[in-house]
Amino acid sequence: MSENHSLLQLRGVCKTFSKGTIDEVTALHNINLDVNAEDFVTIIGSNGAGKTTLLNAIAGVYPPERGGQITINGEDVTNLSEHRRAQYAGRVYQDPHIGTAAKMTIEENLSLALLRGQSRGLGIACNKKRRQLFHKALALLGLGLESRLSAPVGTLSGGQRQALALVMATISKPAILLLDEHVATLDPRTAATVLQLSNTIVQHEKMTTIMVTHNMEVALRYGNRLIMMHKGRIVVDIGEARKNTLGINDLITAFERAAGEEFKDDSILLSRSEYQ
Amino acid sequence: MDVSSLLSVAFYEGLVYGFVAIGVYFTFRVLAFPDLTVDGSFPLGGAVAGILIIDGYNPWLATIAALCAGMCAGLGTSLLNTKLRINGLLAGILMMVALYSLNLRIMGRANIPLLREVTVFDQFSKLLGIRTGVELSIIFMVILVAAALIILNWFLRTEIGLALRATGDNEQMVRGLGTDTNMMTILGVSIANGLVALSGALVAQNQGFSDVGMGIGMIVLGLASVIIGEGIFRPRGVTAILLAVVGGAFAYRLFVGIALQLGLRPSDLKLTTAMLVIIVLAIPYIRKKMRHEWIPPAARV
Repeated sequence: MSENHSLLQLRGVCKTFSKGTIDEVTALHNINLDVNAEDFVTIIGSNGAGKTTLLNAIAGVYPPERGGQITINGEDVTNLSEHRRAQYAGRVYQDPHIGTAAKMTIEENLSLALLRGQSRGLGIACNKKRRQLFHKALALLGLGLESRLSAPVGTLSGGQRQALALVMATISKPAILLLDEHVATLDPRTAATVLQLSNTIVQHEKMTTIMVTHNMEVALRYGNRLIMMHKGRIVVDIGEARKNTLGINDLITAFERAAGEEFKDDSILLSRSEYQ
Repeated sequence: MDVSSLLSVAFYEGLVYGFVAIGVYFTFRVLAFPDLTVDGSFPLGGAVAGILIIDGYNPWLATIAALCAGMCAGLGTSLLNTKLRINGLLAGILMMVALYSLNLRIMGRANIPLLREVTVFDQFSKLLGIRTGVELSIIFMVILVAAALIILNWFLRTEIGLALRATGDNEQMVRGLGTDTNMMTILGVSIANGLVALSGALVAQNQGFSDVGMGIGMIVLGLASVIIGEGIFRPRGVTAILLAVVGGAFAYRLFVGIALQLGLRPSDLKLTTAMLVIIVLAIPYIRKKMRHEWIPPAARV
């Protein structure tokens, strides 16, 4: 891979919902995006800005639209369906129930995740070697989950489940980690812990990461690049050097200049210091 | 009938219908796919095995052919659901209805006697040198059910088995992890109906005839066994659940035996079973109602 070859490349990616009806909404307008290897990008924007739609497009939830192109590691994945694209991207969803299987044990969930995107065979899924791997990965969380490998996931708290989902998303070492407002449903203290854990895992595994968040403070504190979306477009894109000197008010000013309108999403303004 | 023969008949029947219970457990519980094909695949097993035995084929071969025929029926139902997107419940009903005609075609008439034919039970009796009867049937079934449980217990712990179980638990997650959940549904429903047809083939050979109507209510019998097994044994983990389901089939057959002894007419059996399942399914709801807990709205599918 050459120096300036980005790990994830989006060219002219569009997404329109309810096309041709009165409810037609363009969720993504001709998005071009380059993410370098080991980048940690935070994406912020108000409701309906297209943040989650962007992650869905990268994960392959929608069929491709109008000549858009997505490449990961130089490979064109545009026409791969969701389950074929799974090997490239691990994902943690907003709802802990989506990322983990409640009736199955912690080690069974991790075994399923370990074979992300690979063909599954008739070997026993939880063997000794894998258990050691799971033990090591869970110990990193510091939540004591490593000693509860055979506990059903349904017995864990929301925060524990989301932490497990995080390990599941990264244990097969996919090219990209997609975090989709993954702490939004947790209480502030747990959310702060899970965010900290996410950061630890991303640094430890040197994962290329895209994190969608509703919280400006979080978007500024984590990662080395910040993207702001508005009405299906990327309106602000700030690199590491500038990001570190920026405050929330600077971010709002930058947004208003780029979008050409006043910033007035109360949920974002009000959530400024939620996790402090 | 004395107690020991009541028990031994219930034991044999619990084992032979245990395959139906395992099949229903596979679809309803593991895959969360309410498959009603069972009422058709059970007599399908009896029909295929019966006609092949009458035509002079080896009874073992006939029994294995019945198992394969059942798997094909399950394959049909799961293809209707996954490839044509027909509602799972309806797909099973369609296959069940279609199988009724198909079973009549296979047998050529509604009932074929097997009393004078050589069955797997006869061959097994020759092998062991024991006279045919309930004792022999029990020994034979214990071996078969144990073999099936060992294989399934292993299978459900393999990488594929795990993906199959997770499909019923959290389909979106499994797809997100890159596994085709449609394939898992097809595999699971096929295995389940193979087991049910195997049960049909064995029942037909043991009772000495195969009848087109012998599958009526099989789904309710299977469900009753699963629910009773879960209720009595409260199993945790794959091995325990499999054993509990067969245990449930035994308990159910014992209840039936006792009810018949107490003067229940055999023709009232299906009604009684349906009532039993209704009561067991309604208990959690009534309990919640009495405790004034929040109850989700009735599910339609």
